[in-house]
Amino acid sequence: MGALNNKFNDNILITSLDKLLNWSRSGSEWYFQFGLACCAIEMMSAAAARHDLERFGAMPRSSPRQADVMIVAGTVSLKMATRVKRLYEQMAEPKYVISMGSCANSGGPYWQHGYHVLKGVDQIVPVDIYVPGCPPRPEALLEGLIHLQKKMREEHVLAKKEA
Amino acid sequence: MEAPDIFSVLQAKFGEQIVDFLEEGTLNPTVVVKPEAVLKVCEFLSQNEKLQLDSLMNLAGHDQDGESDLSVIYHFYSTIHDHYITVKTFTPREEPSVVSIANLYRTADWHEREAYDMYGIHFEGHPDLKRILLEEDWEGYPLRKDYVPAEFYRGMRIEKVK
Repeated sequence: MGALNNKFNDNILITSLDKLLNWSRSGSEWYFQFGLACCAIEMMSAAAARHDLERFGAMPRSSPRQADVMIVAGTVSLKMATRVKRLYEQMAEPKYVISMGSCANSGGPYWQHGYHVLKGVDQIVPVDIYVPGCPPRPEALLEGLIHLQKKMREEHVLAKKEA
Repeated sequence: MEAPDIFSVLQAKFGEQIVDFLEEGTLNPTVVVKPEAVLKVCEFLSQNEKLQLDSLMNLAGHDQDGESDLSVIYHFYSTIHDHYITVKTFTPREEPSVVSIANLYRTADWHEREAYDMYGIHFEGHPDLKRILLEEDWEGYPLRKDYVPAEFYRGMRIEKVK
């Protein structure tokens, strides 16, 4: 910040708005828990004491209105898919989606004969991070959240979106 | 009571309504009854003092090969006498229909809805016969052997293009 350095008292901090907003967003990944299958067990495990997602500011919310990130953890059946889409639309901007596990990524074991399974949640909502695994270990979900933090920090909130 | 004894009691009571008794090559000894007689037979099974089959453990629809008749299988257990019997009934693939026992055994309520959902078997006299797992606007009965999945459901592709 060049010319402004050392001009103020210690309790004043100078930064760019982009950095401030990105810092606050990436430090509070409140996630909408979408436990649909066995991946939900790993997600719970990631949130519990041993892996403790809350040290990254990620805490589970039960309402889409309070959430920033939707973690789709599990098999998305066609019946559930309509609900997933509606709940995604109810989330406030900015919003992100993590697709957790093989089922949410591509249909997983239901790829061939799953008449009732959506072959990848990216068919109905835009996905930011794919976490592979069947189910992914909590460490994998943690890495997914860290990658999402990286993605958030590179955003330009006030810049015009490129057409 | 052993299963053959239960079969002879039923045969003495219902005569021609009891079609067959399967013992060889089946996991559980099975009494085959006519679809319209199911309710009467089940009432007898639950209320007869020597039988008292008060628990319906399971009710399942079944499609053997995609060509022959559909069937419904009932697994009964008596918590009083500690004996079992399996009842089976066949119904034609076109317009399959069986008498409902949901008002007799509450267990049968959702099980019959599932059999309706997956096999399209109509249970006459069921209090609320509608799909239990799939959406109301779903077409076809997916656990039938001759079921072919649709290409799209509400705009979502079902079979992924390779």
